[in-house]
Amino acid sequence: MNAAATEADHHHGPAPGLMRWVTTTNHKDIGTLYLWFSLIMFFIGGLMALIIRSELFQPGLQIVDPHFFNQMTTMHALIMIFGVVMPAFVGLANWMLPIMIGAPDMALPRMNNWSFWILPFGFGIMLSTLFMDGGGPSAGWTLYPPLSLQTGDAFPYLIFSIHMLGVSSIMGAINIVATIMNLRAPGMTFMKMPLFVWTWFITAYLLIAVMPVLAGAVTMLLTDKFFGTSFFNAAGGGDPVMFQHIFWFFGHPEVYILILPSFGLVSEIIPTFSRKRLFGYSSMVYATASIAFLSFIVWAHHMFTVGMPLTGELFFMFTTMLIAVPTGVKVFNWISTMWRGAMTFETPMLFALGFVVMFTIGGFSGLMLAMTPIDFQYHDTYFVVAHFHYVLVPGAIFGIVAGVYYWLPKWTGNMYNETLGKVHFWTSTVFVNILFFPMHFVGLAGMPRRIPDYAVQFADFNAIATVGAFGFGFSQILLLVLVIKCIRGGEKATDQVWEGAQGLEWTLSSPPPYHSFSVQPVIK
Amino acid sequence: MSGRIKVPYLFVIPVLMFGFGYLMVPLYDLLCDITGLNGKTGSISIAEASQLDVDQDRLVKVEFLGTVNDEAPWEFGPEVGSMMVHPGKQYQTSFVATNTVNETVVGQAIPSVAPGKAATYFNKTECFCFNQQTFEPLESREMPLVFVIDPGLPESIDTVSLSYTFFDANGLVSK
Repeated sequence: MNAAATEADHHHGPAPGLMRWVTTTNHKDIGTLYLWFSLIMFFIGGLMALIIRSELFQPGLQIVDPHFFNQMTTMHALIMIFGVVMPAFVGLANWMLPIMIGAPDMALPRMNNWSFWILPFGFGIMLSTLFMDGGGPSAGWTLYPPLSLQTGDAFPYLIFSIHMLGVSSIMGAINIVATIMNLRAPGMTFMKMPLFVWTWFITAYLLIAVMPVLAGAVTMLLTDKFFGTSFFNAAGGGDPVMFQHIFWFFGHPEVYILILPSFGLVSEIIPTFSRKRLFGYSSMVYATASIAFLSFIVWAHHMFTVGMPLTGELFFMFTTMLIAVPTGVKVFNWISTMWRGAMTFETPMLFALGFVVMFTIGGFSGLMLAMTPIDFQYHDTYFVVAHFHYVLVPGAIFGIVAGVYYWLPKWTGNMYNETLGKVHFWTSTVFVNILFFPMHFVGLAGMPRRIPDYAVQFADFNAIATVGAFGFGFSQILLLVLVIKCIRGGEKATDQVWEGAQGLEWTLSSPPPYHSFSVQPVIK
Repeated sequence: MSGRIKVPYLFVIPVLMFGFGYLMVPLYDLLCDITGLNGKTGSISIAEASQLDVDQDRLVKVEFLGTVNDEAPWEFGPEVGSMMVHPGKQYQTSFVATNTVNETVVGQAIPSVAPGKAATYFNKTECFCFNQQTFEPLESREMPLVFVIDPGLPESIDTVSLSYTFFDANGLVSK
């Protein structure tokens, strides 16, 4: 075989064997790796959630000791945020962004490989802390000092793993910005980009801006604990409350990082199944940008009860409530897109609709929490838990699942099992509400979060929530089964897959060639 | 195509933002100094303090509190529980601290004033909280505090509480 033929082989398909996945620089391979990683972490984080809910099934302590319970709540959050939602979004971006904007690959393919392969090692370190002396981190994912400084041997490992996840996210985000800015097909102006591309573009900037701030905050914790600095130590002139300010300066944009790409996914799916163009495209873009801007000036609404001048509380209350305006624009645009559309209800559409309805419920409870005087009662209760789980589970996760169903036929070339998909949707939707809705009630009645035991009057609602948790958890096995079945075979998908689908990704074959758009299409 | 970006520029943003995270530390202190947030008290030189007009008609109650942080080896408290003071006039009082262990220890008192609005009007010319305090084994000592309340203290405030928390400062660099 001569050199030219080897060269040609290299360009036509993936390398054989397992090393393909280690050395790959192909955006589709890396997207697949991210998505599988995220799915595995979803089950690990879910298992932790089930341990939490099992302990809370009845009042009293029965299954795990309180210290382990706190490790579970902390690790569940860290894994679901950094190990599930963010990698899933990056995976979808890797798979879809190049073929949605007509690019041959991501702009920085080698860095792309690196940013994925950091993740398993980062989470390996983080999960290994559970077996260390003193146990894993147990001070909550927010890592407030001085409590977090009491973590045992796990502490430096936790900090370094957070650094690694941060490096991975920043590199992933830079790659996405570079791809979108430099590799769009000729004629694809910014205002012609699909909305998933737009929301990721803005999300990537948020990531680049705030992940380093988190890295700084945890580095300060590290030097406070081991090198005698006093950033958060009052005895040396520091202030633990300052950590909360720095953390939430990262933390609030972070929660939008966890939702904006889902907004984009839903904005792709609803028009397809309504067989209409997205209503108010440019207002969607501006609304996303406004949400991103506002996310930088609302952080202290997480800290109303820690002490702030009245002016500060009013400022953060009003700016927070202002976020409801662009978010409302989005929700009304989705509804208007459906208005008089020829709608069908395949699984991706069902998940997208579930997203719109239940994300809005979470949005409203967020608006309640935004009001300072009311927040004084709700702070650190299960009402907060109910709120952020509504925006993250039937919000972010439903968006991701909708996206997976939407593009799965494109990725594999096979249709998934529609009946099983609908069963997955309905079991998920019923159980997620059984799981999280009662938390509103126990929260309003004053049940505090992050505590393994509770007063007996909360028993009934907690028992119901635990039933919902197991139902929801086991429903997700359906997703795994569906994906594996779809990869192995099934009815062949057409190139367009969905009757109403628009966009460059549908002009490629299903599955798309390993190297696509080597010649960029021209957009008119 | 227009709008192309040079990738190395993108790496500048995270570097700058990492720096910004650290910049928030002095910014936070500055904001606390300006607003008196967090009960950070002011300090004032003796010369400045003697220039203030004494408001003989007004009496403000100043309460003193002493707390020991965590399990630090101290007994710590004010000499008197409260005083009635005229704004603009200098007063002296003291706190007493006792080292309860048989070794040399270093402590640091951190002040806080409530209500927060009063913090910027509460000025100290001399305070044991300005420095770390080293105690010999089992030593007990009176530590003086000289303060003056600025006559500009809002009329609505008639009680000011000054609270000190005594921290174990062994191994910490003096601030």
